[in-house]
Parts: sequence; structure tokens; C-alpha cells
Amino acid sequence: MAKYLILIYGEEKTWEAMTETEWAKIDGGHKALHEAAERTGVTVLSAGQLESASTATTLRGGEPGRPVPTDGPFLETKEGLGGFYVIEAADLDAAIAVTGNLHEIYAGHSAVEIRPLMSR
Amino acid sequence: MRPTAAVVAAVAEAHRREWGRVLAATVLLTRDLDLAEECTQDAFTQALQTWDRSGVPERPGGWLTTVARNRARDLLRHESVVRRTLPLLVMDDYQAGPDEADESSAVGDDRLRLIFTCCHPALSREAQIALTLRLLCGLSTAEVARAFLVSETTMAARVTRAKKKIAAARVPYRVPAAADLPIRVSAVAEVLHLLFTTGHTAPVGEQLIRRDLVDSAIDLARLLHQLLPDQAEVSGLLSLMLLIDARRDTRHAPDGRLLLLSEQDRAGWSRELIDEGTALLTTALSDHPPSRYAVEAAIAAVHAEAPSWESTDWTEIVGLYNVLRRLWPSPVVDLNRAVAISFRDGPEAGLAAVEPLLDEPVLATYGYLAATRADLLRRCRRWAPAADAYEEALALTDNVVEREFLYGRLAEVRRQLN
Repeated sequence: MAKYLILIYGEEKTWEAMTETEWAKIDGGHKALHEAAERTGVTVLSAGQLESASTATTLRGGEPGRPVPTDGPFLETKEGLGGFYVIEAADLDAAIAVTGNLHEIYAGHSAVEIRPLMSR
Repeated sequence: MRPTAAVVAAVAEAHRREWGRVLAATVLLTRDLDLAEECTQDAFTQALQTWDRSGVPERPGGWLTTVARNRARDLLRHESVVRRTLPLLVMDDYQAGPDEADESSAVGDDRLRLIFTCCHPALSREAQIALTLRLLCGLSTAEVARAFLVSETTMAARVTRAKKKIAAARVPYRVPAAADLPIRVSAVAEVLHLLFTTGHTAPVGEQLIRRDLVDSAIDLARLLHQLLPDQAEVSGLLSLMLLIDARRDTRHAPDGRLLLLSEQDRAGWSRELIDEGTALLTTALSDHPPSRYAVEAAIAAVHAEAPSWESTDWTEIVGLYNVLRRLWPSPVVDLNRAVAISFRDGPEAGLAAVEPLLDEPVLATYGYLAATRADLLRRCRRWAPAADAYEEALALTDNVVEREFLYGRLAEVRRQLN
């Protein structure tokens, strides 16, 4: 088994402007991911939807133990991180199969990245 | 003692035919691509010595597989000395008993696993090609680098990165599930098609056809077809390759000059390959819609059936290009269609069909566009613009044989100008 971090990237503006119906589609995808995971022996270890990047705090610099907090995300880009999963799956194909349920993959402005966690 | 020439030749032949087979069976034990490559290489080295003493075995592939796998078992027994840097490959439980009666029983499937792993869509196209040539065809990194015009260092880095991704991201060593098969087969088909076309028209250099690439591509397409006979896309790909390759002996004049389809001696086309390719067409065209390879194969089959260039069924060819451009919209397809139109309706009609392609950015540096337009202008007897177009085509073509051809035509057109 291997662990994967699943990162959901997209345009915050587009997410914020979505209608109820569009959100229902997104939610349906996440529900389908959980169901598929259950069916195929994939474990969802953790998952979450993120608050907007404007709520982020970045720590960089300062004295060790006395960090300097600054406003905003680490990278200022149009595309931002909107949510994540940590899953445990037998292999990449199994990870792709469950992740393939997410509607964000097919929405155009957003995409989903699957990153293996180091195993050592 | 140096092995005899006959043994060296037998080992070279086995290397060409059996490398992928031996490696694929060895990976099942090592679950590590580097280690499997090392053991496979050792087996071929040992063959040079042993076959010299005791003769070439009846089934070289079986012999080599046994030796490579024994070597792998030896190394694995002393696991501590194996410097393992990557996680083990993911594969389905496989009982690798020490007493496998017939090493060759499952080898076909082993190679199938290997090819699907090498062409996994999570790998970049460059990586897929490099791995396929290295692991399935046994080409050295230097050979792969030469074929794709990159430095050996770049190619070595590309192979290392790809192997690391396979291990770290857990790309499974497995034939995909039936539901995923069509998409995964398409990825493999694209890689093999690219190998074939790269080999068929090497962009630079003395040799028009890189025989080794073409042969490797055909061998792998045959293997894929043999193992997945119901996949129409694979039948189409193999059919296309065979029908194109049937013309291989007639593509050059004795002086090495490139011959156009219209100039080739059709008696020299391989009847055997044409028959084999044409027989595959029925399965190839059974998908709805058919794959681009199937339609391209159908076009090649119409050419193969025509007794001469003049008597080619151009209406049929234009019709097939119309199908192809719907399935696979591409300016290159439109260019070929324009050529077919020029033979159905005359060079002026061909020029009219080429005209909209002149602004196509994809074709801006494509030598064939200029060469095609030059030829159409020549056939319209518009010598001055034809000469300009030949010069443009020459500026865009690196292949020595093709340049010779264009120079010949340019000289011919210039004579008309004076």
C-alpha cells in the first residue's frame, strides 16, 4: 500500500461564484470518491476543504523560534489549493480510479494532482 | 578466447528478439527495473561465452530467461548487497516458485505487463518512448538518444526519472483492467505509432529509414495484436504499419534518391505484407467510429490495390481523408487530402485546397507543405512560384535524401524558367 496526497487546484473566483446546483455536482463527486474508496479497498486517511487563500498566514524568516507571520499564501497565483485528501491505495491506478470521481477534474478551471508520499 | 562470429550473430539476434521477453520475466522476480536490466544484461554476456562452448540452445529465449532469473535469485538471496534505492514495483501476487516447469509459458503476458507499464499515461510521452525502447527493445541509452536527437546525458536522466516515478508513484506492473483497456491501449498505440513514423522518416541524417526503429515498432505492434486480438485500434495500427512497410524496398532509387509513391515500382511492394495488412482491416474498421490508424490503413490499402499511380481510386482516397479529418482534425491530414484532390480534380483544385493551410501555424515550419505546394505549382506549369516554393521546402528539410530530391526538382523547374 502507498499513501497519496490528492491536491485539488482551481480558481478561487470561479469557486466563489458557483451556484447551488454547481456545488451539488462538486459534493456529489466527493461522495462518489468515498463510496468508490469503500468499494475498492482504498482508505481515506484525511480530507478537507480549505478556506480561501486570503485567510492564509505565511511564516518565512525571523529568528528560529520567533517566526514572522505575514498575510497571504506562499504563492500568489490565480489557481489556488482548494482542498485535499490523503489516501492509502494499492497503486497509482487504484488512486486514479477513486480520484476520477471528483467533478473538479472535468470543470475546466480546476485540476487534481496525485502526489505519492515518500515511503521511507 | 573470443567467441566465433556465428555465436556473436546468434547473441545479437537473440538480443533483438528476446530482450523484452527476458527482462519482463525477470522483473517478476526482482520487482525492480534496474536490477532486472542488470540480470538480463548478465545473461546475454554469459550467452556469448557459454554458447561458444556448448552451442546455441534450441530456444535461446528460454535459456536466457532461466539464466537471468537465476542471476536475480542469486542477487536477491544476498539482498543486503543489493543497493536498493527505489520502492519495489507493485504487482499482483505472483508465485515465483523455483520449479517453474516452463519459463516461456507466461512470457507473452509478461511483455504485455511491461509494455503497459512503460506506456502508462502518467509518464510523459518522451519517457514512455525511452522506456519502451530500453526495456522492451533492449536499445542502449546512446541508441535511444541518437534516435530522438537528444544528448545521451539528457536521455539517461529521462530514463532515470521515469523509473523513479514508476517506483515512487507505484505505477503497477500489470495489464490494466478491462474497463481501462481502451484508454491504455490508445496510449501504447500512440507510442508505437510514433516509433514507427520516427523510424520511417528520420528527420536528420543519411538514412531515410531507421530500420531498427521501424522493426521494433512492428514487432511490438504484432505482439500487442497477438495478445489483444479483439482490440480494433491495435489491428488498425498493425495494418497501417504493414501496408506502409510493404513499400520499403521501393522508396529509393539505386542512387539513394527518395521516390514518390507515383514513381515507385509497384512490383517491388511486398505482396505478403500487403495481404497481411489488408486482412487486418476488417477487424480494424469494426469500431464505431474507427481509429485514425484504421482509416489511414484503409487509405494505404487503396494505394496497395491500385495497379498504377494513375489508376488509383482518388475518389475513394479523398472520401477516406474526409472521414479521417473528422476523426482526427489535423492540418497534416488536410494537406494529404489536398494532394488527393489534386489527382482527382487536377493541380489547380489541389492548390485551392492547399491555400487555406498556408496560414496554419502548425505547418509554418513543415517542409512537406512547401514541397507539396511546389509540386502543385510545377504541375500547373507556374515555374517561378514553384522555384520559390522548392527553395522554401529545402530550407525546412534536413533529411539528406529528401533534399536531394527537392534539389532535382528545383533544377528541373529552373530549366523551364530560362
